This record gives sequence, structure tokens and C-alpha cells, in this order.
Amino acid sequence: MNNLDYIYAVSRIRVKEQSLLTDSDISAMIPMKTEDEVLDYLQSKGWGTDAENSASAVLAAEERRTLEAMEDLGLDEETMNILSYPKLFHNLKTGIQEVTTAESPGRAYYDLPGFGKAEVRNILERNAFDELPEALRTVAPSALEIMLKTRDGQMCDTIVDKACLEAMSAAAKHSKNRLLQQYLELTVALTDIRIAVRASRMGKSEDYLKRALADTALLDVNGLILSASEAVGKLEEAKDADQENPLYRYLERAGFSAAVEALKVSPAAFERWCDNELIDLIRPMRTVNESVGPVLAYYLARENEIKTVRIILTAKANDFPDEVIEERVRKMYV
Amino acid sequence: MSIGMVYALLGAALSTILAGIGSAFGVRAAGQAAAGVTAENPEMFAKVLVLQLLPGTQGIYGLLVTFIALSRIGVLGGNAVTDTNTGLLYLIACLPVAVVGLISAIYQGKTAIASINLVAKKPDQFGKAMLFPAMVETYAILALLVSILAVTNIG
Repeated sequence: MNNLDYIYAVSRIRVKEQSLLTDSDISAMIPMKTEDEVLDYLQSKGWGTDAENSASAVLAAEERRTLEAMEDLGLDEETMNILSYPKLFHNLKTGIQEVTTAESPGRAYYDLPGFGKAEVRNILERNAFDELPEALRTVAPSALEIMLKTRDGQMCDTIVDKACLEAMSAAAKHSKNRLLQQYLELTVALTDIRIAVRASRMGKSEDYLKRALADTALLDVNGLILSASEAVGKLEEAKDADQENPLYRYLERAGFSAAVEALKVSPAAFERWCDNELIDLIRPMRTVNESVGPVLAYYLARENEIKTVRIILTAKANDFPDEVIEERVRKMYV
Repeated sequence: MSIGMVYALLGAALSTILAGIGSAFGVRAAGQAAAGVTAENPEMFAKVLVLQLLPGTQGIYGLLVTFIALSRIGVLGGNAVTDTNTGLLYLIACLPVAVVGLISAIYQGKTAIASINLVAKKPDQFGKAMLFPAMVETYAILALLVSILAVTNIG
């Protein structure tokens, strides 16, 4: 499809954007006392279905609705596949752990059409890797083998997560859609930084970082690995004393000074900054009329608002104070 | 038929052809946007329809100049063109509305899309949204005036 073919879809998106949650909606939900109160508010905004009103049902219904909207708007299949990489790889990880160990991995599957819990289990139990989505076919046998040999769930997760990042990086290189390219490159770079920060905090080795980080156009990954290894055990000191830290120095040189500022505040502030960066990337699409960009931006905006609502609902269910939620909620698209 | 008559007929035809192509493109693009908004909110139909029609005027201007030219060169009235110079004058006189009609209709279509999307977001801003594509119309009207003045003053 050329850009002109998206005029119809973009105009539909402009109407749909009216029902996206705004920063004011998020601010209104934070002080609410209970999860039910938040759910009532969301229902008044058209969220969920009449059939079931539990938090998980409302979120699942909204995820389904977003996918249906994208299908209806004619977003091409290849782009949809690329956008679903994180969920596909997540389901693969969960499936591998579930079929290789007696116990449940403690995380849920994403409800993906054709690649939900039953399908993943079925494929892995039969070792029918050629029935997997194409992006998973190479990593699935090796991750399964490692899991069977070592029973090291963390190593299996690392291998699958890296394969996901590499698939996103490769998709960015081949995509003709500028926004999709930028989104994928930024996502891979931010995930690399997240992993490096976490590894540095947990004292992980350089070998682990080499196994976990994927190449990206926005960062020199070798530099990130070296600086994260040097920074092991120094992140907390840097936060308290504002002193020089190899990882922070590297990130500042690489153009991610804002990430350092957020890291100095708290891990939650850093996570929030990462997601807000992605929203800032797609925000210019609010005024574009003739390209696939606004459709893509709408999908990402919906994912962002569902993620933010999930944070609020989880916090309310666990009686977290409002300040904790405020630190975690993401910037909205509209 | 003289070569002058061929030039004059070419000018008359180009007025309708080029301005018509521009309008078709503009109305088509704005129509896609209008359909998108109506699909989500059928109550917006009347408002977006007005905006969709704005790029259609260039085609009408082209047609008008064609009629005036034809009524002066011996097809619908007047005297047949017998010399090359007069034929060329008719051709050149028709060009403003043909060329400006083509380009302005395409750009008016793009502006109409933006306005339709503005109305989709803020239906109460319809009046302001109308003004943006209407501004592009100014240049089509200027070209129309020049073509009419030129065609009616030849010979």
C-alpha cells in the first residue's frame, strides 16, 4: 500500500484517538481508592465488555480490540508480525519452561491468535519447529535444548530475549517504514540499556552481557558491555554521591543523558523514561495525514495505555501508595 | 480545419482535462478521509461532505473556460479560428485555469484531508476547518479570472 491508501485509515484513527486515555484520565485514576473504582472509571470510558469486568478480562478485551482495529484498518501483516515479536518470543519462553519443567513458569501466555498457550505447547511437545512463526524457528530448538540440558531457565530466557532483539534489529534494517524503523531501533537500544543497568546492579559478568545484548544502530554495544562490566556495584554509589560512573559516562557520551538523570532518581523513573521516549517518538504522527505512521502510532499508543492501566490496577489491588503509582505511570499519546 | 483552430481546441480541451484531473484527485483523496471519519462517526457525514467537495470546484472552472472558448471559436458560436496566432492565443489563454486548476485541486485535496481530520477531532471547529482549504481556492479563482479575461478579449 502506498501512503495515499492510508488516508481512510488515518481519518478513522483521528476519530478513534478521541477515545484514548489522556494524562488527565490517568491523573484522575491515581487517587482512586480501589481497583473497582478504577474499573468503573474505565468502563465509563468504554473499556471492557458487558460480559466480564475483572481487571484481567478488561485488559485482555482491550488488547483484543486493538488487534481487531489494526486488522480492520488494513495494517499490513508483516508490520503486525513485527509488532507482535515481543509477545511471540514471550510465549515461546513460557512454553519452553512449561514443557521442560513440571512446574508452571509463573507467568501467563499472551492470547495471540494461532500462537496461544495450546498451540505453543502442542508445537514444542512435538518438536515441530517448522510450524512456529518464522522469526522463532532458529532460536526455539537451541533454547529448548539448553533448557533440557541445563535446566537453567534464566539462560533460556536470555537466549530467547536476545533472539527477539536481533529479530527486531533485522526488521528495522529491512523495513521501508521510517517510523517502524525508528521505533524498533529505539526499542532495541533501550532494552539493551535496561539489561546493562540491571546486570550492573546484580553484578553479572561480561560474558552474560555478551549473551544478552543485541547489536543496534543507536549504540556501540561493545562499549555498553565494557562500561556496564566496569560499573558493577557502583550504580547505587553514583546515585548517592553523584559521582562518576563508567556506565553513566558511556550513556551520556552515547546521547542518553536523560536516561542517566532518570537512573539517578530510581529504577521505576528509568523504566518510565524508556516508555516515554517511545511515546515522544510517535507523537509527531498526531498531525500526519497520509502515511501508515499514524496507524502504527495508534497501535503503540494503545499498548502504552493498556500497560499504564495495568500498572494502576495492579497497584490498587496491592494497596500501593499514590506516589509509587505516579512514579510509574507513562506519558499518554494524546 | 486550420492549425489555429487545432490550437484553440487544444486550449479548450486542456482547461477541462487538467483542471478535471486535479479535481478528481483532490476529491478522491478527501473522499477517502471523509469516508474514514463517517465510518467511525456517521453523524459527521454532512460536515465532511462539504469539505470533500471543495477540491471539485477547479473542474467546474475548467469546464466554464472551455465553454467560453468553444462559444468564441466557432464550435458553440462565434467565428472559426483561421490563423495560427489567434489559435495560439486561445491555447495560452486557457493555460492558467488548466495548470493552476490541476495543481491547486491536488493541494486543496490535501488541505481538505487535514481539515476533515481536524473536524474528526474537534467537530465544533468546522467553521475554521473550512477556511484552510478555501484559502487554496483563491489561486484557482485568480487563474479562472485571468483565463476568462484573456479568452474573452482575443480578437
